[in-house]
Amino acid sequence: MMKRFLLGVSALCLVFALAGPAPAAETIKIGVAGAHSGDLASYGLPTVKAVELVVNDINARGGVLGRKIELLIEDDVCKPEVATNTATKLVSRKADVVIGHICSGATKTALGIYKDAKLIAVSPSATNPELTQSGRYPNFFRTIASDDAQAKLGVEFAVNRLKVTKIAVLHDKGDYGKGFAEFARKFIEDGKKARVVLFEGVTPGAVDYSAVVNKIRQSGAEAVIYGGYHPEASSIVAQMRKKNMKTLFISDDGVKDDTFIKVAGKYAEGVYASGPKDTKKNPLAIAAIAAHKKAYNSDPGAFFLEGYAAALAVVNAIQKAKSTEYNALVKALRTNYVNTPVGKIRFDNRGDAIGVGFAMYEVKKGTYVEVR
Amino acid sequence: MDYFVELFVGGLTRGSIYALIALGYTMVYGIIELINFAHGEIYMIGAFTALIVATVLAMSGMSGISVLVLAFLVAVLYSACHGFTVEKIAYKPLRGASRLSPLISAIGMSIFLQNYVMLAQTSDFLPFPNLLPELPFMEPYAHIMGSTEFIIVATTAVVMILLTILIKFTRIGKAMRATAQDRNMAMLVGVNVNRIISMTFIIGSSLAAVGGVLIASHIGRINFYIGFIAGIKAFTAAVLGGIGSIPGAVLGSLVLGWTESFATGYVSSDYEDVFAFALLVLILIFRPSGLLGRSTTQKV
Repeated sequence: MMKRFLLGVSALCLVFALAGPAPAAETIKIGVAGAHSGDLASYGLPTVKAVELVVNDINARGGVLGRKIELLIEDDVCKPEVATNTATKLVSRKADVVIGHICSGATKTALGIYKDAKLIAVSPSATNPELTQSGRYPNFFRTIASDDAQAKLGVEFAVNRLKVTKIAVLHDKGDYGKGFAEFARKFIEDGKKARVVLFEGVTPGAVDYSAVVNKIRQSGAEAVIYGGYHPEASSIVAQMRKKNMKTLFISDDGVKDDTFIKVAGKYAEGVYASGPKDTKKNPLAIAAIAAHKKAYNSDPGAFFLEGYAAALAVVNAIQKAKSTEYNALVKALRTNYVNTPVGKIRFDNRGDAIGVGFAMYEVKKGTYVEVR
Repeated sequence: MDYFVELFVGGLTRGSIYALIALGYTMVYGIIELINFAHGEIYMIGAFTALIVATVLAMSGMSGISVLVLAFLVAVLYSACHGFTVEKIAYKPLRGASRLSPLISAIGMSIFLQNYVMLAQTSDFLPFPNLLPELPFMEPYAHIMGSTEFIIVATTAVVMILLTILIKFTRIGKAMRATAQDRNMAMLVGVNVNRIISMTFIIGSSLAAVGGVLIASHIGRINFYIGFIAGIKAFTAAVLGGIGSIPGAVLGSLVLGWTESFATGYVSSDYEDVFAFALLVLILIFRPSGLLGRSTTQKV
């Protein structure tokens, strides 16, 4: 009995000896953190695949700075309490840079740990505005636009392009719609070129919106900025148009949906709505999707292109900085443009990507057309 | 002043919308003291039927007034069948049971009908064609009231008058009043109570279908869930006016519509529902039987 136990132990030792530390030609370690299991895995796994595709390609060409890249893939199940463990693990395994996390909440908890360890994190999908705007996480970057970006786009479009000075801001009282509307109000007030003449929530599912529509008319607004989804938007627009109101209507990607056009019919014409920039025609995006198809025989899922872009940005920064040292990397990420599937991007001082984001669309003859 | 008139007309339209549905609640309650929570779904089924009929007819090349008439007819018939069947399946077997059982059965029926339409159709919003003729009013009035709103208000008025005549002056109306007063006594003097109850469900469901088609044309979109919110609001209106009373249902609906409209217009639409339900609570505190409700005698 004892003999067999000893044999087992020595066999184990042997296995560890074989798998032990790699020979000195140090690899560059990129951590990939996010939801890789559980109900939100579909948001995290495409990023893992994207990073793997990029890294395999780089390694096949000899790596970066003459060193191969090694991936440390860690699951946080999208839970903040798990993300602390995930982050600690990546730090102790000496990751040089992290791609992730996926969910805003998990990202936030992990960032504190990375900050103390002087580790950069590039998220493909955490859209919470606080992460960059609070200034608390100088080590954070993202390749997706934040939630407030489309409110900013809507306001700038209304004020600078459509030249309106009186704006009614409406929302559906929901988290998403109200958040959008509050950002819009803030940007209008900060811009000082226009003013908010009405700020109100409407009741989703109400049988009639004529009172709110009357109020918009009474307020003298030249444009309505609406935060929310298409069912209410189509009712409000239809009632406005039936009352011969020419007030412009600007909304968000909850409205930039073909169902809106189908339901609102002729009243949808001329409505503006923002949505993610269309990158389907970007040659890098086409190539990335084709590579995914070749490797996994399927179409990529959510945030695949953003994950691909994050990996490219990180590799490019390491190359430009000629090291994986924190300050040099931060500087490289902020100063060098890199071509990615989501466009040509670099990061601003807060960590948001310049060059990604939302575009404004207008309904013309029953389809959304990007406004140039 | 102009603004006040706009809000007044908006409230009138909204109130008329509620009234078309509230009449069904109040009639059923008047006869068998049951709150038919599946009534909102009957309204929704009416709207869906009209949509299907209108789509089929539009594909076969028909248009205009004939589509309107056919859609209304089929919607009314189909909803009336549903109302009739719901009563036979869910309420009649429970007529002798305690008052809670049919209430729960009604809620179950409501959920069943929602899911049945969702599975048969879709959970997405569907566009509803504007079946009502659009006659542009002249400009100083155009922004106050459109032709659709006018038709809704007029229909409610006509329906209410017809219903009052039916109940006051016809044989079946007399039988309905008798059943409402005392079901057993009515049975003893030869009133076919089962038929009267079925009749009430058929009339209430037909009105709901008319409401469904008009309202769907007005807001231009439907899905399987529209009956729930409209039903709750109409139920509130019926209680506000005094449930069981027909003029009460109309008055309650108008009061609710105006409250919501003026609260939105002068305060904020954030508080639309707050004002509506605060009003309900206030009225129930000071007039427990509603605005026009009488304690127990003479219900319909």
